[in-house]
Amino acid sequence: MAALLGSAPVIVPSALSKTLSGSIPWIAGTSPAPRGFGGQRFFTAAERRCVDALVARLIPADELGPGAREAGVVDFIDDQLAGPFGRGERWYMMGPFADGLETQGYQSEQPPAGLYRAALAELDAHCRAHFQDRLFADLSEAEQDAILGRIEGEDLEFAGVSASAFFALLQETTIEGFFCDPVHGGNRDMIGWRLVGFPGARYDYRDYLNHNGAAISIEPVGLSGRAAWNVD
Amino acid sequence: MTRKLPPVDVVLVGFGWTGAILAQELTQDGLQVLAIERGAWRDTPSHFPTTVAQDELRWYWRKEMFQSTARETLTFRNSRGETALPMRRWGSFLPGEGVGGGGVHWNGQTWRFLPSDFVAASHNAGRYGPLGPEMTVQDYGVTYDELEPHYDRFEKLCGIGGRAGNLNGEIRAGGNPFEGPRSAEYPNPPMHMTFAQHRFEAATGELGLKPFPGPSANMSQPYVNPLGCQLAPCTYCGFCEKYGCGNYSKASAQTTILPVLMRKPNFSVKTHNEVLQVKLDSTGRRATGVIHVDQNGEEYEQPADLVILCAYQLSNTRLMMLSGIGEIYDPATGDGLVGKNYCYQVMSGADVFFDDKYTNEFVGAGALGMCVDDYNGDNFDHSGLGFIGGGYIACWTTHSRPIERQRTPEGTPTWGSAWKKAVAENFLKSTNVGAHGASMAHAGNHLDLDPTYTDVYGRPLMRMTFDFTANDRAMSVFLTERVREIAERMGGREIRLNPREGPYDSMPYQTTHNTGGTIMGTNPSNSVVNRYLQSWDVPNLFVMGAGVFPQNAGYNPTGTVAALAYWSADAIRARYLRNPGPLVQA
Ligand SMILES: Cc1cc2nc3c(=O)[nH]c(=O)nc-3n(C[C@H](O)[C@H](O)[C@H](O)COP(=O)(O)OP(=O)(O)OC[C@H]3O[C@@H](n4cnc5c(N)ncnc54)[C@H](O)[C@@H]3O)c2cc1C
Repeated sequence: MAALLGSAPVIVPSALSKTLSGSIPWIAGTSPAPRGFGGQRFFTAAERRCVDALVARLIPADELGPGAREAGVVDFIDDQLAGPFGRGERWYMMGPFADGLETQGYQSEQPPAGLYRAALAELDAHCRAHFQDRLFADLSEAEQDAILGRIEGEDLEFAGVSASAFFALLQETTIEGFFCDPVHGGNRDMIGWRLVGFPGARYDYRDYLNHNGAAISIEPVGLSGRAAWNVD
Repeated sequence: MTRKLPPVDVVLVGFGWTGAILAQELTQDGLQVLAIERGAWRDTPSHFPTTVAQDELRWYWRKEMFQSTARETLTFRNSRGETALPMRRWGSFLPGEGVGGGGVHWNGQTWRFLPSDFVAASHNAGRYGPLGPEMTVQDYGVTYDELEPHYDRFEKLCGIGGRAGNLNGEIRAGGNPFEGPRSAEYPNPPMHMTFAQHRFEAATGELGLKPFPGPSANMSQPYVNPLGCQLAPCTYCGFCEKYGCGNYSKASAQTTILPVLMRKPNFSVKTHNEVLQVKLDSTGRRATGVIHVDQNGEEYEQPADLVILCAYQLSNTRLMMLSGIGEIYDPATGDGLVGKNYCYQVMSGADVFFDDKYTNEFVGAGALGMCVDDYNGDNFDHSGLGFIGGGYIACWTTHSRPIERQRTPEGTPTWGSAWKKAVAENFLKSTNVGAHGASMAHAGNHLDLDPTYTDVYGRPLMRMTFDFTANDRAMSVFLTERVREIAERMGGREIRLNPREGPYDSMPYQTTHNTGGTIMGTNPSNSVVNRYLQSWDVPNLFVMGAGVFPQNAGYNPTGTVAALAYWSADAIRARYLRNPGPLVQA
């Protein structure tokens, strides 16, 4: 055993494929960094305006404090759609495609970025047609809420793209952008975490085990530190 | 062109929980053991240190922890009349990938099944009369008493924290009085309970139930396991399930076996190599090895005397189908066995909302919870109830990761200011009581090969046909009512029931407790493998994992999966190696 302890791992590489034997392979500093926020853009200026208006209705700024717009959710979604998520790189995207039942989940032929693009065009086309040529972002909050309510209630259909699949994706990515670690570009200044009281990426709560139903007040921390530490 | 490699004694397909256990056991006899794993090498300091582990978006929502559906997924439909469509991304369950398999990102709720669970067919039919129509429930062919020493081994390997309720037949206060007799106390004390568990304990006590701490693979104190591996105390960071543990506090192949196994000269693991099929000789009765492919698309034939499938229930079943071992089950005729008795888990629960009490569920751990087992298995009289089986009911405080968890009271809108207010008000002041229900086998629930969709290699995807059965639904209604009684007594302002209604939905996460498809049993006409998990058709092939469960019990599976792996490894070492051939005569 002692002799084996010091031996270097035998690694026969063929790109990623390896044969490992003899010891635990470990090279310091190799932990994989998160993709992080690249500030990439997928949306056109008009699409960005529309999405910014949408997320601001899903999680509005109000008497409780800032909402999705202030948390940078549109930047988060834009960057995500420009990256592997938007392209559906880890999703099964081979055909044939069919509408499917609700229990079968996402069945769009378009990966998330394409679905967004097609649905945003439909949404603005609907608004132009029914609101004197105005776009979704130009409508009053009450008008915007009414449209969102109709989409959610499956009372408004888009051509060529499922309005309810879009609504589900919009809601999912808005919540992600509001509550994700700030390294991904959303949850700016930890707005989402502060709203609910989530302390973030901490890894030791043993001191708090006996809280017994009392409030615990601790500053949130992200993977790359505290909001106060970040330089803009 | 397929390159033929030098032979090994044993090839393990997949290197997760069962692969690591089998490798550790079989290398003790000096056998040359090779594990072939389709995913990457992964270890605590290099892949999930605390500086990268707590990233909710990345590991769970972007699924970087799991098998990529771009390469292979399942198709799914609720019933035979529908057209199955691919699960384009994972939802209801999350198959693992990479060294350690699902054990890297499990919660660590580590149960034993009840003695009666292993004889579910004969026991229930004996007590209540014939089972419902089309229920294809059957006995395991192995008993609790036979598995007891193997449960004990796994619990010691993992350093499970808990309190024995039945020590050698003696019922002990504070433990689970319904469990089968244990030969030893748990190796570690229970986890440190928090406010929500105290309320659950009080409520269930008032109802005359028997609360006890959930058995936990998160360390309640520092622990050195029998192999000499050291685990550190859990820090209750609330990132267990779906995340790797950066603190060496959760039992996994990485923390309990690999530090010892990897040093053995007679063991090696090939990563980023996917096994495509088990190769048979011309008689079809002997495996000669496996075919696998590396990341460059190079194909290899790896000859071996013994082939053991450790690739998780779904992959094990599909590999049997793609290798042409046994006949695929056809619900129209009832013929065939591979893919039969696919079962799952029937979950329901209730959220409890407090006005002035903070549950602070970010102070949590994967297996931090209080449970009652009064309504599991046959621990209660089912006369006149119209179903068999049951489930444990628990108040686990596993996490409060905010993308995943926004609990809101009944009637809250799903967006807008009212939603935001409800999420903000209740985030730190709510908890959940959950029922972890059994799933009984049914003739219509099964796995086979999809006629349309293929993986990246052009081979058919596996097709899942599944819905909750009449038994599941009746059981779940009953359990959910018991949940309600408990939840209503926990002193909250209000509760919100989450009953199991409508068809099974493949998207919201439920559990990664897929079972059946390569079921075990007493003879080749009712099972794919014998009581030692040995293929009836190909005796030098063994199949691990929850695929061997003829139906699923009301518990998380891994304790039983591991006990069966040790039981099978013992039979291989004590009997098979001396005299390779069928361990049970058909
Ligand atoms: C999120 C989550 C939470 C869970 N929580 C719990 C819990 O609290 N309690 C509990 O009891 N259980 C839990 N489980 C289940 C537990 O993880 C599994 O029961 C356990 O890991 C099964 O062991 P296994 O060896 O059968 O499969 P795994 O541990 O998953 O290992 C299978 C390995 O085989 C590899 N593989 C698959 N196909 C191939 C192929 N063709 N070629 C090469 N390699 C292949 C995979 O990449 C994987 O690494 C949880 C699972 C998940 C995903």
